[in-house]
Amino acid sequence: MAESAFSEHTVDVAGCTLRASSAGEGPVVVVLDHSISDRRWHALHDALAANHTVHALDLPGFNGAPRPAWARDVRDLAVLVGGYLRKAIGSPVTLVGSEFGGWIAAESAVFAPELIERLALVGSAGLLPVDGCIADMMLVSHSGYARQCFAHQEAYDSFFAGGLTDDRLLAWDFNREMVARVAWKPYMYNRRLAPMLAEVTAPTVMVWGERDQVMPRSCADQFVSLIANATLEVVGDCGNAVALERPTALADIVHALTAR
Amino acid sequence: MFLSYFTEQPMNAYPDDEGRKAGYTALMFSNKHFDPVEGSRLYNERLAEYQLADQVGFDGIMVNEHHNAPYCMQPRITVWSSILAAVTKNVKIVQLGNPLPMYDSPLAFAEDIAMIDMISQGRLVSGIVRGAGQEALALNANPAYNRERFQEAHDLLVKIMTEDGPFAWEGEHYQYRVVNPWARPLQQPHPRIWVPGVFSAETIQWAARHRYPYISLNTPLHLTGQLWQTYDDAAREAGYEPGPENRGYLLRVHVADTMEKALEGGRQFMWMQGEFTGLGYPYWVNPPGYGSESRRLDYAKFSNGGVFKSGAAPYEDQLATHEIVAGTPEHVIKELRVVLETCRPSILMLWGNDGGVSHADSLRCIELLGREVVPALREIGDELGLHSPFELDTPVSLKMSPPDTLSRSM
Repeated sequence: MAESAFSEHTVDVAGCTLRASSAGEGPVVVVLDHSISDRRWHALHDALAANHTVHALDLPGFNGAPRPAWARDVRDLAVLVGGYLRKAIGSPVTLVGSEFGGWIAAESAVFAPELIERLALVGSAGLLPVDGCIADMMLVSHSGYARQCFAHQEAYDSFFAGGLTDDRLLAWDFNREMVARVAWKPYMYNRRLAPMLAEVTAPTVMVWGERDQVMPRSCADQFVSLIANATLEVVGDCGNAVALERPTALADIVHALTAR
Repeated sequence: MFLSYFTEQPMNAYPDDEGRKAGYTALMFSNKHFDPVEGSRLYNERLAEYQLADQVGFDGIMVNEHHNAPYCMQPRITVWSSILAAVTKNVKIVQLGNPLPMYDSPLAFAEDIAMIDMISQGRLVSGIVRGAGQEALALNANPAYNRERFQEAHDLLVKIMTEDGPFAWEGEHYQYRVVNPWARPLQQPHPRIWVPGVFSAETIQWAARHRYPYISLNTPLHLTGQLWQTYDDAAREAGYEPGPENRGYLLRVHVADTMEKALEGGRQFMWMQGEFTGLGYPYWVNPPGYGSESRRLDYAKFSNGGVFKSGAAPYEDQLATHEIVAGTPEHVIKELRVVLETCRPSILMLWGNDGGVSHADSLRCIELLGREVVPALREIGDELGLHSPFELDTPVSLKMSPPDTLSRSM
């Protein structure tokens, strides 16, 4: 989709200006992107917009979006997302979240089930794995972590065409600082999330890259066992960042979810 | 002048080849290579060296704190400070410094400081630091709030030391129902606070705004003029005229009876400068949010680099530029005169021994420094007008400065 085909808008929630891009027609899908994504609109959004109204909501404080300086917890960000859903849309949506964005989506689904009629969590953070460890971005370089989120170098090179520009490096730096501000310790999970996932009523699909090196598959299994109406879709030959590496495959899964 | 002895306390008894094999010797270099038998020997050798430093004429012994690496065996600054309080009689115990944001209790620091100051009978200098970026990972202290926590912890620490309890503290990062420690520093209004650093403009200015001496840690001599200009500008803006009493300098200085032996021992300063020990990844050194906002891109570029390679100049070059001074007492005195004339600090930390310098050679270095170099430096200091905060009895902070000593009211 050409860049001019989507519109940008902002919504103020709790004193924080949230930025979003939107395009397409059909059931509303709100996308919370992966922490390594430095593009507000990319192939996943295009693919989804073919048969949905897509809102690409910038994670608060990511990619240059205004930072809620007071936020100390991922739940704070989930409250902001909930505010966006109420103010900008006002009716139940399908919420799609990847990695850190997936964690925010899961927390949002717990706190505002009436706003989320379907949920897709993609290589999502949020749970302490019973088996394996979450790869720690704080112990590796910016580009090292980004590369770790892909199964294939070509896919990484394609998504991050243009190489390591100053703008890209700055975006990654802002993003990892925002992760640190709300999820430094414990890193990338919330012990209080698991028991509350029982409150999620939306049909849910967990999407996991077959070759995910960041979020252990056990996390996917835990989400499936904790959410009443959840299934698992494994995307073959793909890393953690399914939204960036196999956007069409993810769009097809989301489309199947919204068509249920 | 105030002349202090310092050593990083190197844990030099580990298998070098394991460090080379790993490719790094910091943060995640496994402590399976730490031999506690050797550790015990080294700690007790350091103890004897500190006791000698106390006897041969130094004004102070500087101690610090680092984690997860063989280059420094001091993971708790308060432990060595406490030991020195008990086993020394003369020197001041100079903490450079207490890494306030790395721990969750400024109150505990205040209690430690008070105890050490009382036990040492008022010989404590309670320096404070943000802590190196790598410590944030080692201690899991969120680097994104490091500077905020440092400033709040400082404010609370000073309040604890200068105001009667009980009071409550409801800060952004620290909260206490009851602040009322039954341990208060002997020195009034409180032990001197000095702030060490490597070149961060924000920290230099912060120290100047509080009228705390800034201790420049081995900054190349040719950059110290720029550093002091930054300090002086902030000091004048704060309302006082800065001088050598606001300036400290840490320098590597190794002394032996012959030039040949001194140069051999001085070369050990290269031990932690990147050949293999102290190697780490730049993203460990600069975790998210730790660096200055104004230099975010520079820090991000640095962090995103690969294995840290030593940026240190060759040993011979560092000898030529006075970043390392090594020689007989006569030679060292001559070299340090140049340093004092150029840098004009009133506080000089003499980093005497590092790497694999033996216990016997360390003792000899300390003896020669204390008995021959230190007295000569005092004379040079007097000649150059380099009078320390103790000699001038300066206020411990801007807050504690008599109004008539300030160019404008606070």
